[in-house]
Amino acid sequence: MSKTMAATATAVAVVEKEQQSPRVKKEKSPILFSRPQALSDKVTNYCPGCTHGIIQRLVAETIDELGIVGSTVGVCPVGCSVTAYEFYSCDMAQAAHGRAPAVATGLKRAHPENTIFTYQGDGDLASIGMAETIHAATRGEKITLIFINNAIYGMTGGQMAPTSLPGQVTQTSPYGRDVATAGYPIRVCELLSTLDGVALAQRVTVNNPKNVRAAKRAIKKAFTYQVEGLGFTIVEVLATCPTNWGMSAPQSFTWLEENMIPYYPLGVYKDIKAEQAVDKAAQARDDA
Amino acid sequence: MGEKVLMKGNEALAEAAIRAGCRHFFGYPITPQTELAAYMSRRMPKVGGTYLQAESEIAAINMVYGCSAGGKRAMTSSSSPGVSLKGEGISYMIGADLPGLIINIQRGGPGLGGIQPSQADYWMATRATGHGDGHVIVFAPSTVQEMADSVALAFELGDRYRTPVMVLADGLLGQMMEPVELPEPLSLEDLPARPWAIDGHRGQRKSNNVNSLYLVAQELEDAIQARFDRYEQIKATEQRFEGFMTEDADVVLVAYGAASRIARSAVGKARKLGIKVGLIRPITLWPFPVDAIEAAVDQAKAFLVTEFSMGQMVDDVRLVVNGRRPVSFFAHTGGIVQTPDEVVEALKRVAAGETINLVPRHGKLTGDL
Repeated sequence: MSKTMAATATAVAVVEKEQQSPRVKKEKSPILFSRPQALSDKVTNYCPGCTHGIIQRLVAETIDELGIVGSTVGVCPVGCSVTAYEFYSCDMAQAAHGRAPAVATGLKRAHPENTIFTYQGDGDLASIGMAETIHAATRGEKITLIFINNAIYGMTGGQMAPTSLPGQVTQTSPYGRDVATAGYPIRVCELLSTLDGVALAQRVTVNNPKNVRAAKRAIKKAFTYQVEGLGFTIVEVLATCPTNWGMSAPQSFTWLEENMIPYYPLGVYKDIKAEQAVDKAAQARDDA
Repeated sequence: MGEKVLMKGNEALAEAAIRAGCRHFFGYPITPQTELAAYMSRRMPKVGGTYLQAESEIAAINMVYGCSAGGKRAMTSSSSPGVSLKGEGISYMIGADLPGLIINIQRGGPGLGGIQPSQADYWMATRATGHGDGHVIVFAPSTVQEMADSVALAFELGDRYRTPVMVLADGLLGQMMEPVELPEPLSLEDLPARPWAIDGHRGQRKSNNVNSLYLVAQELEDAIQARFDRYEQIKATEQRFEGFMTEDADVVLVAYGAASRIARSAVGKARKLGIKVGLIRPITLWPFPVDAIEAAVDQAKAFLVTEFSMGQMVDDVRLVVNGRRPVSFFAHTGGIVQTPDEVVEALKRVAAGETINLVPRHGKLTGDL
């Protein structure tokens, strides 16, 4: 045991002793917050201010609440989240860059009764893996894509992503993304919403508690639609990357609010159940 | 064994796969493997299986990765340019120790090349199916019967050694019809268990990971070495070949696949001319039948390798012979197939003590490389 660890252990012992002291009234309180079952006890390796941790927790809470940890398989391809296979307690696959929807397709076809999700970044999903994404969507592959859009390649050190904003300075767009030569960012949910195989395409973010709760609802809806066999589901989460954006954590949230949300409006782009409900209501009105 | 039927090589590969318990086929259209995918699209729905035409060769091999990781026997088929694209996925399968069948019905390359038979993917199959240290087991059938048999064996060895397996044929074998006795279908319940599969732990076991990433260099080295230990086992037990009239041969021909059929005809013709010729036909290209070549070195005065390429397998023969005997080479490439008479002409020169390295230009048996 190192000196630091020994010191920490002593400090913990002191705290525990104080908590057990007779002067403190001991009351059993209900557990309000704990690690979801679907997460392992591994410590994540994400940077301060990065939102991967929040989003992965929301996915884990969803798996817990649906009671499907034993029948869920996750796929994490290349990117900062590549080691997410260590953070979940369900079965996990690591996949080649961009290929998660194809790997997920294989997993789903092998076991249609299982719930399969991918956890992909913007370079992975919208650049090198765009073909896999679009075709899984148009096939109506019954899988759920959790799409982390932070407008940059994180793991490789901050290169321009397909979702980097016009003018955004990155390692490979040092003068700002020039749309004349580098083209425009891709709005993935809008793009996929035109495809018949898509049951849900929704964009959320996790910049404040209200939006975190909305993101959770979207993720849970996506998983539920998959369990119900409705089709392909994708939840795009606008995320921060303070390290590669060159900002403090608070600055990065401000940047997300002021730049990303206007370019990538939050909302539901396709929701097969909502559409069916509207149809039904219209039909009912006509019938009346 | 089951009934005997007349089938195209490509179709025999497909039917044999279904009978070996494969219920998942992922592919992308390309000539000359076409009949295989078409057969699967007809048959798979009838046996409760999946035929999925993927958006690309890359997606197809990654679907095989996912399906195999999920615990099922899965396969894809393609032809040379398509197999180049699959290289990435094959490398990941090697790295994640996943079985899976890849069929390559070779055509001429490089680039778009041509659509006639070729054996120019030998290096790709045996040396570099993708990036990194690693191999796949490679079968090189020479008859429609052997195509069917090699598929069954490919699935069996893939499970036993947890490795992708390739069946390397060519357009000639794929398109050719021959009688074939198909194996009895395996019951899906009898397939080997895959306790490592990521099929949902159901709360009954610890979670499984299928992964090829090792960020700690020592862990990666350990994993690769463990895999290469398995490769040694494969090399020791899975070398397959057929020897034909080698016992008294002064010249040993070495040829595989469709080229070996031509070589066999040439052996008969040359024997009638009084040349003592034999044939070693590798059935596995990796592991290469090193022991068979080694066993022939003492008797043979010379070796002659014939392929449909500019000379790829000849490297492996030279590695074994290691300068102890001359190794000659005679071939066509780009979709041209040598005739038995051409091979006999080459044999005559080698039997007379000449060492040749010859790919005839415009059919003329002159001009060494």
